Amino acid sequence: MVAPGGPEHYLNAMTTLSLHDKLAILSDAARYDASCASSGTSRRDSRDGKGLGSTDGNGICHSFTPDGRCVSLLKILMTNFCVFDCAYCVNRVSSNVQRARFTPEEVVELTLEFYRRNYIEGLFLSSGIIRSPDDTMRDMVRIARTLREEHDFRGYIHLKTIPGADPDLIAEAGRHADRLSVNIELPTEQGLATFAPEKDPGTIRRHMADIRLRREAAQDRTHSGKPAPRFVPAGQSTQMIVGADPTDDATILKQSARLYGSYGLKRVYYSAFSPIPDSSAKLPLVKPPLLREHRLYQADWLMRFYDFAPEEIAGEGNLDLAIDPKLAWALRHRERFPVEVQRAPREMLLRVPGFGTKTVDRILRARPHRTLRYDDLLRMGASLTKARPFITLPDWSPGALLDSEGLRARFAPEPEQLSLF
Amino acid sequence: MREQYMNMMPHVTLPKVGTAEAWREAARACLSARIPPEAITWSRGPAESVLWAEDEPPPAAKAGAIRVPESFVHLAAQVCWHAHPERFARLYAVLWRLRTEPTLMRDPADRDLLALRQMERAVHRDLHKLKAFVRFREIGDRTAPRRRFAAWFEPAHFTLEPAAPFFARRFADMDFSIATPDLILHCEDGAVRFEDGAEKPDLPEDAAEDLWLTYFRHIFNPARVKTARMLAEMPKRYWKNLPETAAIPDLLANAETRVRDMAEAAPTRAPFYAKAIAARPKAPALLPETGSLAALHAEEAACARCPLHADATQVVPGEGPPNAALMLVGEQPGDQEDLQGRPFVGPAGQLLDDILAQAGLDRRELFLTNAVKHFKFALKGRRRIHASPASGEIAACRWWLRQEIELVRPRLVVALGATAAESLTGSREGILKRRGTIEEGPEGLPVFLTVHPSFLLRLPDPVAREMETERFRQDLLAAREHLERLMAA
Repeated sequence: MVAPGGPEHYLNAMTTLSLHDKLAILSDAARYDASCASSGTSRRDSRDGKGLGSTDGNGICHSFTPDGRCVSLLKILMTNFCVFDCAYCVNRVSSNVQRARFTPEEVVELTLEFYRRNYIEGLFLSSGIIRSPDDTMRDMVRIARTLREEHDFRGYIHLKTIPGADPDLIAEAGRHADRLSVNIELPTEQGLATFAPEKDPGTIRRHMADIRLRREAAQDRTHSGKPAPRFVPAGQSTQMIVGADPTDDATILKQSARLYGSYGLKRVYYSAFSPIPDSSAKLPLVKPPLLREHRLYQADWLMRFYDFAPEEIAGEGNLDLAIDPKLAWALRHRERFPVEVQRAPREMLLRVPGFGTKTVDRILRARPHRTLRYDDLLRMGASLTKARPFITLPDWSPGALLDSEGLRARFAPEPEQLSLF
Repeated sequence: MREQYMNMMPHVTLPKVGTAEAWREAARACLSARIPPEAITWSRGPAESVLWAEDEPPPAAKAGAIRVPESFVHLAAQVCWHAHPERFARLYAVLWRLRTEPTLMRDPADRDLLALRQMERAVHRDLHKLKAFVRFREIGDRTAPRRRFAAWFEPAHFTLEPAAPFFARRFADMDFSIATPDLILHCEDGAVRFEDGAEKPDLPEDAAEDLWLTYFRHIFNPARVKTARMLAEMPKRYWKNLPETAAIPDLLANAETRVRDMAEAAPTRAPFYAKAIAARPKAPALLPETGSLAALHAEEAACARCPLHADATQVVPGEGPPNAALMLVGEQPGDQEDLQGRPFVGPAGQLLDDILAQAGLDRRELFLTNAVKHFKFALKGRRRIHASPASGEIAACRWWLRQEIELVRPRLVVALGATAAESLTGSREGILKRRGTIEEGPEGLPVFLTVHPSFLLRLPDPVAREMETERFRQDLLAAREHLERLMAA
């Protein structure tokens, strides 16, 4: 039971807000979540005429905001009221940001009406923690259940789960949702202890472990040969905030590798700590480190698709901001180059800056048919300005370029000049 | 020769609907009649079906099926929707070459193919944008059994037809039309039909559009402006049919001020309810009785005596009756044990369960635990590979094993493998020679030594594995008999 003057009392005063007001407040509150992915789930459609929606594995970005981010899902908070006091968060209890709460019916209505007009692929629902993790999770599950069971909604649903919520609620959430996520928030436990004292890293880990186990159980067939009930076909993901605490990139990437390996995460999202209204005195507002965030995504990509180990990419410190991590690795390992395109094994072609996985596959398919030349590679989509110093072809050899002192400078942008004033 | 063809050069007019299928049929006929690419011209027109110019009869097909690689069929099915006037001719030219160059499709560097692939990508992209950027407005009665919606869109290529199945699959419980300058798609009661394109229709206002604009304005983060990225994904040519783009100029104009205001605003005092929430009584934690296994587990959960806690999910405490006569000590939790928080639930645990049962031992009557309580692993790509605990880690964790032994007071302990042997007897050497024997453990406790069940799983040779499994079974039997003697004494 909550004392008078507590959150319930306050929430009752909010009911006079219009749907427009609530939508404004609760999308303001949701914009710091990076993920808007809607791909990789099971195929469904509504051709039986009974429901609404379809998914075919590839998500669709229905729009783009001027921050360059894709709008694929209706990304909102159920409520931005929260009993936690995480310093980095716009919704922390000690912030004076305006509060609002959707009724479950309002979330359902917005999702379906937006979907019918082809604005979105589905819903990404998150929430501040009201009363308890269980109460909050129960309300979120109710929304997902209503969409699925009452409205036969077959679009995409992503639920941000609340660590510590009852496992039965997680089990039900996973039956309705395509993806579940739980945010690790900060890359280290010390960071979490400093800035999010109510969050327990052990609970978050066990929560991720629980989702992995349920997902694996759902993939096994039952003894009778029937498929097990579905559980988050698009897997689980997490997000960590970059730049709020002093953790270096090497530590961040090791943490990501651990999360991928331990819990089979589909994605780790990196979110540059970005100014929030009514910020906490504990965290000074700075320009969000967008370039660093971008380099981390590149490094993450190298770990997932190019067989790079985290320690190969960042060493013991931070990523080079001026050049991409693959190029930086190649420049540190010039003894491994040049690579002979016509003969090199796949692993080594993948390490050539400017060669993506698609280019490498094309090279491997083309090699039996012809001796590849410079022009062939250009036409096949290789970025040769980058690759040139690191490869040899019958009509191209990097010569002294590879070992030249100025090679890094050819790629790095001019250092920013201090302006005279 | 060329002159001769010019006089009777066939011209094929393909229909506006079903274009790709019609091209395929016509191309097959031409190829079968051996008409070379330079002798034929193509266009897409209002015709209902394929038209052959000048009342010329379709070329007579020669016997024998025409085989082409499936990848060409897929490529052609896409390229036909491209707006380039030469698309049909270029496709036919490659089809013609395939007769004599059957491996052509596998060459990613061929110029003709690359040009077609580029068209394929353009169509793919346009199709994707069509699916993404169509915006419906409601045009019928909201309470009708089937609601009605309509949209206007201007694709760069002829992509409405190939997009139709997508919309039909997705919006099956409503009726809708998508009008483009070239064609109009109608989907009513699940049935798709097309009619000729028209001018942009006047669609009624739709209140949901205002909500959508509100969402678009507020999901934008003014501190991360990246206009170039937005324009790359949502080029300006699409803007006129996207209602939300009306908000973009204002969002960009005000972004900098909004960020500056956030930075300059002094931190405020926490709202009144923050104190009330901080003062809420926390539910008292239920502390287990001191001196119980539960209390020990609560202590273990916070263990940071060695670095292994940092990467593992959780401590995996021992499990079993608090007064078990027989205790089994393994090495450390594995992947599954780490996730589930219980000992011996992975593959080695399942094997152990089977062999225990064969040796007449009931797992539920035993206390099962590990010498090391956190999972030690190395990452290999996206998998966690078991790594052996170091002596320092075994020593650090002995603290917990000793307490488990003190609380349970078993009559006999079985050490499974070298790590358990090291923890219990101080030595991990020569476990294969020491197996089946009893040594002295902590405070004189008898410790029966054998191998770890994962040793059996790692044996590649099935005969060796069978033999070792039998030996392990014999060990467990011997341990059981020894325990029975101890209990009888």
